[in-house]
Amino acid sequence: MLMTERDRVTGEIKSLADKLGHNRTSMVPILQDVKRKYHQIDSFAMQVIADELGIHPVEVYSVASFYSFLGEHIQGKFVIRLCRTISCDMQDKDRVARQLENDLGITFGETTADGKFTLEWANCMGMCDQGPAMLVNDRVFAKVTPERVHEILQECRSAFGQHATERKEVHLV
Amino acid sequence: MTLTIDGQEVKVPLGTTILDAARKIGAHIPTLCHHPDLCVAGVCRVCSVEVEGMRTLQAACAFPVSAPIKVKTHTEKVRLARRHIVDLLLSDHYGECYACRRNNNCELQSLAKEHGVDFFRFGHPEKPAHAIDTSSYSVVRDLNKCVLCRRCVRTCIDLQEVGTIEVVGRSDHSHIKPFLDKPLGGVVCINCGQCINRCPTGALHAQDHTDEVWAAIDDPKKHVVIQTAPSPRAAIGESFGLPAGTPLTFELNTALRRAGFDRVFDTNFTADLTILEEGTELLLRLKKALLLREPAAFPQFTSCSPGWVKYLEHFYPEYIPNLSTAKSPQQMFGAVLKTYYAEKHGIDPKDIVTVALMPCSAKKFECNRPEMADSGFKDVDYGLTTRELAKMIRESGINLPDMPKSDFDNPFGTATGSGVIFGATGGVMEAALRTVIELVCGIKVEDLFEHANIKPVRGFEGVRYVELPITAVGPVPDVLKHLFPHWNFLKGATLKVAVAHGTANAKKVMEDIKKGGQFSKCHFIEFMGCPGGCIGGGGQPIPTSPEIRAARAAAIYAEDAAYEIRKSHENPDVALIYKEFLTDGPCGHQSHELLHTHYTPRGKYID
Amino acid sequence: MNTIPTFASMDPEAGLKKALGLSRPDIIAEISASGLKGRGGAGFPTAVKWNFAASAKADRKYIICNADEGEPGTFKDRVILQDHADLVFEGMTIAAKAVGAKEGILFLRGEYTYLRPHLEAVLAKRREKKLLGKDVLGANLEFDIRIFMGAGAYICGEETALIECLEGFRGEPRNRPPFPVNTGFLDRPSVVNNVETLAWAACILQQGADWFKSKGTEKSTGIKIFSISGDCKCPGVYEFPMGITVAELLSKVGGENARAVQIGGASGQCIPASEFSRSIAFEDIPTGGSVIVFGPHRDMLDVLHNFLEFFVDESCGQCTPCRLGNRKLLEGVEMLKAGTCSMAYLRELCALGESMQLSSKCGLGQSSPCAFLSVVKNFRDELMGRTTSLTHA
Repeated sequence: MLMTERDRVTGEIKSLADKLGHNRTSMVPILQDVKRKYHQIDSFAMQVIADELGIHPVEVYSVASFYSFLGEHIQGKFVIRLCRTISCDMQDKDRVARQLENDLGITFGETTADGKFTLEWANCMGMCDQGPAMLVNDRVFAKVTPERVHEILQECRSAFGQHATERKEVHLV
Repeated sequence: MTLTIDGQEVKVPLGTTILDAARKIGAHIPTLCHHPDLCVAGVCRVCSVEVEGMRTLQAACAFPVSAPIKVKTHTEKVRLARRHIVDLLLSDHYGECYACRRNNNCELQSLAKEHGVDFFRFGHPEKPAHAIDTSSYSVVRDLNKCVLCRRCVRTCIDLQEVGTIEVVGRSDHSHIKPFLDKPLGGVVCINCGQCINRCPTGALHAQDHTDEVWAAIDDPKKHVVIQTAPSPRAAIGESFGLPAGTPLTFELNTALRRAGFDRVFDTNFTADLTILEEGTELLLRLKKALLLREPAAFPQFTSCSPGWVKYLEHFYPEYIPNLSTAKSPQQMFGAVLKTYYAEKHGIDPKDIVTVALMPCSAKKFECNRPEMADSGFKDVDYGLTTRELAKMIRESGINLPDMPKSDFDNPFGTATGSGVIFGATGGVMEAALRTVIELVCGIKVEDLFEHANIKPVRGFEGVRYVELPITAVGPVPDVLKHLFPHWNFLKGATLKVAVAHGTANAKKVMEDIKKGGQFSKCHFIEFMGCPGGCIGGGGQPIPTSPEIRAARAAAIYAEDAAYEIRKSHENPDVALIYKEFLTDGPCGHQSHELLHTHYTPRGKYID
Repeated sequence: MNTIPTFASMDPEAGLKKALGLSRPDIIAEISASGLKGRGGAGFPTAVKWNFAASAKADRKYIICNADEGEPGTFKDRVILQDHADLVFEGMTIAAKAVGAKEGILFLRGEYTYLRPHLEAVLAKRREKKLLGKDVLGANLEFDIRIFMGAGAYICGEETALIECLEGFRGEPRNRPPFPVNTGFLDRPSVVNNVETLAWAACILQQGADWFKSKGTEKSTGIKIFSISGDCKCPGVYEFPMGITVAELLSKVGGENARAVQIGGASGQCIPASEFSRSIAFEDIPTGGSVIVFGPHRDMLDVLHNFLEFFVDESCGQCTPCRLGNRKLLEGVEMLKAGTCSMAYLRELCALGESMQLSSKCGLGQSSPCAFLSVVKNFRDELMGRTTSLTHA
């Protein structure tokens, strides 16, 4: 059966709310799920979530906008978060940052035109003894050097290309 | 529980906040995010005080007393912290006080004065960071002046349960925004303006149409008429330094003429007309259900509050059939002025400019509804708030309280007490009951309720429910004979009515109706969008509080009691319009053309 | 290689077994006797917290493990969860028995999502072994733990902000009182403890309060797990007894030539070399375990700049002093770096920092000026050398 994208989103949110409860405590897990699947939380999804949880859409928007990992803006399939906090900063995160920008052709806060990569800054991610550290989706990379950047990006590209032909969503874990 | 504030002992119940305890003994603690109508936020920190034994200062508004603590309200630490907080707020607040409509009525300005701010310690924005959002017919948002006290958010989400605005973003890039940062005109907003009434600064204000009204007054070709609603008359004195609850109805008539309006009419005339139309509509629904045994939409909902109407269109569009099709008094007046009045006085309706003085910001939206043009013209050209009119009067060099009294202009000069009480929650219901009881039962309201004061529907209880058994019926009065052969179908019935004010209470009633609860059995329900009804409207003088609204309501009921004619159906001008103009009577063809309207199912989803 | 030998030496079931045989007051008494204080940094006595929640009357109570480790320079909870999750869950179960809770929640920061499969596996195994579930070890205790993922907000490490997040709100700290032990998650009594605190609670039940007290100082008992990073030879996780001096610590991690260390993360204090004889303990320099070492070549103003950028980004933004104050301090550092800050304005900023410490709503705003104030105090010469004009203010 062919379903429109909206029906699919609505169905997923509804079943998640059925599972977690139609109340506010389900908010963050639902937002995380939508973000993980669709790489964004769009206007329609927020309104469905509000409906399911019995609150106003602006409240969903407000909560999503508070958390760095949520938010309505669309992200690439691979979200690269480079730590900018003190210990990583002292371990030359700037060079890694520059190399990421060079290799991806975008600056921090941007997404590549093909929708594959989003580059973001992150605050301390608890890898201070092994900096510079970065997360690619949920996977953590420690002691990243400018030279390793290319290798990590290639790994993402090939993982994406391989699974994309099977029409499956993949995440590096 | 006894605590000590600045060396003075004060006894309070357990859990009282330091702020309330201090107020009890007259110790002043400044506040900003605190508001008597709203839950505690404790975010501005202006009310910081020192509590002996605690390392940090405590927010007096948010600290419940549970031990015999010692509080100091103005130590050096406290004074400096408060000064720093005010300095910080000013460093993020664009604008100069003399170029702000809240000049002299701004809580931030007062704080700056109180804390001796004589320079911008941490700077002051040199240019605005945000575009002003003027997309709504009613409410203007200027984030440059926002201090993030969140009173508007608590008003919109907690008090009104409309949910138009929230805090969006984090840290110093958090701002109050509508859904997806869309312009206010493009999201679900009922225009109630309650956020404006609770904004401490000029960040939220109503659309201002005074320039347009002045232009019309200054144009000799234009015949500018103004209708004034009862609530602004009971509140406008506050804008001239008088205590809340000082009615200036007749002083205002003089002031308006001196300011340049060609005619000054009383909205009460169409309030009475509304009662006849809406009451007849109710009786017709009852006839349909009880006599003809056909389905009829019950309960019937009042439709005079444009905030409530839009709330229903968004959140309960499936109940639009329940809304009375009668227009609000403001819109009825506009339609009558550009037809009946124009004809009678030989004025070309295109030269008539109709202005309405309303306690309301939503009336600005209402008069701009595309369907509100049954006269062939825009029925009401401008809705002015109480605040805007006070400004015009001041601009005219008039000190309102000093004005001699004068009457309203004729026609429509006769008003009744029923029209006046439209301004307070329960007033429409009381007016309707006065008329329905007399028209149906053939008795005097006074026989049932002392002085015709239907007390059970009065007061500030969020939702009120009343049952009125109809034990006997009288003859059908002439004005309704064409619609009803007799009242026998009502004999023995019990009229069930309810009153709700503020949309949060409306929501409670609507959810009950959806579940088939008590209120679904009602015949007639009065809904007012604003807490307290029109006297607490979004166009009224700022500030507002339960006490201020109670004082305004008291003024309105006192005015009602002083009227010679207290019932809408006894208004001779109303009788006259049915005789001369709307000749096929209430809910007849002509009145349907002119005095009734339809609604738009808007829903709550937006693209 | 295991970096936390004490935890590695524990039997991850013994503490719970012992607790199940004890009455609630006895468990709390044992913790109380140990002198265990909150290991997240605030240092609130754990037994007092448990006791409040135990004596509160409610239909439901919650044990919440705060694994929202976000303080710059802190990563010991990650290592504990990776290597000793059993001990943490055991601590939660003991706490549940002590206060009468049925539900436990591990609030894991979003950045640690990669730990989740491992943690779920540990939980599953514990359920299998009847260490969690309807009837824990047949001892008439019902308790289970679920994992809740944070979504990227440092402030959620503050316990009331964490609860707001659990409830589906913005992670904005609440007014206190009421405290979570009375009115916490869904308005029920809730114990919120740091990962390390819970692990130590399990150890204390196993080894006894006296064993725990035998290390550390009188006011700061026991061992503390430290996260060491920055300019030292061997960064990583260490266990040291409470009361260790800064100098001793530096010698163990190869950071002897440091010019300063930041203790307690960005919200902690910056200790200059002249004060390295001070000890790390609640009575002197309190800490959640983060130690960032600054070598001789570091520009302290750069460090401060980084900290303030962090706070400006991570402030929840609800209260005025923190929302706007951190911005002003950051701008002040930028002025200092550019050499455009007058002495008068610097004094004004220091006064502002003190006001922020006093009047901010929660610990973030109350502690974020600490670094600014201590750097200004201890490295004043370096800062003011850059001042080129006195025109401001």
